[in-house]
Amino acid sequence: MAQRKMIETLSQNMIEAHGLKRTFRARGKNIEAVRGIDLTVAAGEIVGFLGPNGAGKTTTLKMLTTLLEPSDGEAIVAGCDLRRDPRGVRRRIGYVAQGGTTAGIARAGLEITSQAELFGLTPKQARQRGEELLSALDLEDVWDRKCESLSGGQRRRLDIVMGLIHRPQLVFLDEPSTGLDPQSRANLWHHIRKLRDQFGTTVFLTTHYMDEADSLSDRLLIIDHGVIVGEGTSAALKARVSGDSLTFTLRDGEQAARAADIANTLAGVANIVTEANVLHYQIPKGAIVLPVYLRQLTQAGIEPIGAEIARPTLDDVFLTLTGRTLRD
Amino acid sequence: MMTFFRDSWIVFKRAIIISSQNPLWIVIGLLQPILYLALFGPLLTQMAGMPGFPPGNAWLVFVPGLLVQLGIFGGAFVGFAIIYEWRSGVIDRQMVSPASRAALIVGRVMRDIVVLFIQGCLLSGAAFLFGLAVPLHALALGLLLMVLLGASFSALSYAAGLALKSEDSFAPIVNTFALPILLLSGILLPMSLAPGWLQVLSDLNPFKHMVTALRFVFRDEIWNGTVLLGFGLAVALLVLSAWVGTRVFERQTK
Ligand SMILES: Nc1ncnc2c1ncn2[C@@H]1O[C@H](COP(=O)(O)OP(=O)(O)OP(=O)(O)O)[C@@H](O)[C@H]1O
Ligand SMILES: [Mg+2]
Repeated sequence: MAQRKMIETLSQNMIEAHGLKRTFRARGKNIEAVRGIDLTVAAGEIVGFLGPNGAGKTTTLKMLTTLLEPSDGEAIVAGCDLRRDPRGVRRRIGYVAQGGTTAGIARAGLEITSQAELFGLTPKQARQRGEELLSALDLEDVWDRKCESLSGGQRRRLDIVMGLIHRPQLVFLDEPSTGLDPQSRANLWHHIRKLRDQFGTTVFLTTHYMDEADSLSDRLLIIDHGVIVGEGTSAALKARVSGDSLTFTLRDGEQAARAADIANTLAGVANIVTEANVLHYQIPKGAIVLPVYLRQLTQAGIEPIGAEIARPTLDDVFLTLTGRTLRD
Repeated sequence: MMTFFRDSWIVFKRAIIISSQNPLWIVIGLLQPILYLALFGPLLTQMAGMPGFPPGNAWLVFVPGLLVQLGIFGGAFVGFAIIYEWRSGVIDRQMVSPASRAALIVGRVMRDIVVLFIQGCLLSGAAFLFGLAVPLHALALGLLLMVLLGASFSALSYAAGLALKSEDSFAPIVNTFALPILLLSGILLPMSLAPGWLQVLSDLNPFKHMVTALRFVFRDEIWNGTVLLGFGLAVALLVLSAWVGTRVFERQTK
């Protein structure tokens, strides 16, 4: 019976949220940071949460980790009801906040041990696991150092160690790789995948990096203005973007605007965007369109400085879904 | 309940280790009462015996005031530390752990009590060198009152710091409260020297009654209503502050 119960819990979803909302009041105005989010994350999944600044990623994470009470909506996180059993949720999850987690005047080892002890580990276990995790993230010899003496990237990795110290079944990582150099990022990705493969850990992470979203996540959720606007694997999302992505660099904004007018006459063109002297649009069979379009530009007396053609990226996906680029 | 004690102990341990590794603040906190003792005390010894001055040696009047002051000021400024911790993400990190919310504040208050107790002992030791003569049990009661006050102010200060989350709004609040409390409690000079209207005003200040109670205790007059009132007020304040502090921690998710 007990075993059956366990299997049931295991096969359940790690996160199930319905209509999560959060409104902030600031200076007499209501800010609807999150306006009704439904999401499901299966056990053992790595899910990337993608969206521009201010989209509501951190707010959503804070609600799912019990740090903020939702203004409305329900969620079951790691098998526990967010509203009725927040303590049960806390026992089962790990969270690495966007803005860091350690006090500068404290030593790294003290922060690790005290956090682990709050989850019921003994200081000895904490030390052993802490050292293991530190060396897995290339952070040897920081145990006795004050956190303020670590470099930005080292301190970020320490945050991640702290979030994983109690081996949670579900971890929330809010922009885990900000400030990491490419090598440390690759190493972090490797470690996150290993966590999932070895321990079946479910990972829910936010990111701004396309390559991170692309190569680390099994599935992506795209959020904009507090609502989820797209969902699926990276490949499936890209397949929804029609055609290739063309980018032209022109001499100035005025030429870019004229070039955009010409692009507008092309058959099947979509998502024309000009940013200063750069023009961007999407079109099927870009390789065939490109020479034709360049000739039209020359006839109109416009000489582009550069032209680029690319398979659609997640940025294009975002553009298609929201009409804005993710880099805004 | 068990986890409350366990969690408080863990939070306390972390806090006291950090304090011991950054002892500058403990020294600075001690400097103020020691300076009062050395630079203001000698003035008072000249005033003892003036009409209106309470009975007893000047140190018996002055040291109780200093202990109360140390308790209030030792606690009142810890709010800056919680703002720093909140900004570093420590508070959020601990709140995502299963730890009891009350333990997060109680553990920190316990650290402040220990620091304060050490400061109080050093201050009393110095006072003895200057010429204070009190029975040990009276001194023990004095330290107890100081610790009760320190714990209350530290809990209130954490609550205010965490509610405001900004040094710029926290600092004026502390000063606005601390200065009148200090002036109206007869800590520096006994209120019995004051004109009538000022005495009435200070009667409304609970801290004046605590100082008065401690002066009785130092004269070894322990079993009377004044002392009971002073200590009763201190205990009531502590209960109130602990409740407020825990509420503010719990309400962080609002
Ligand atoms: N405590 C708060 N009070 C008022 N408004 C807030 C608060 N926290 C967040 N907001 C607002 O809610 C919106 C969503 O913020 P959130 O931090 O969730 O964005 P985000 O997607 O994490 O952005 P970023 O990529 O910059 O981290 C923003 O407009 C922000 O200004
Ligand atoms: Mg964010």
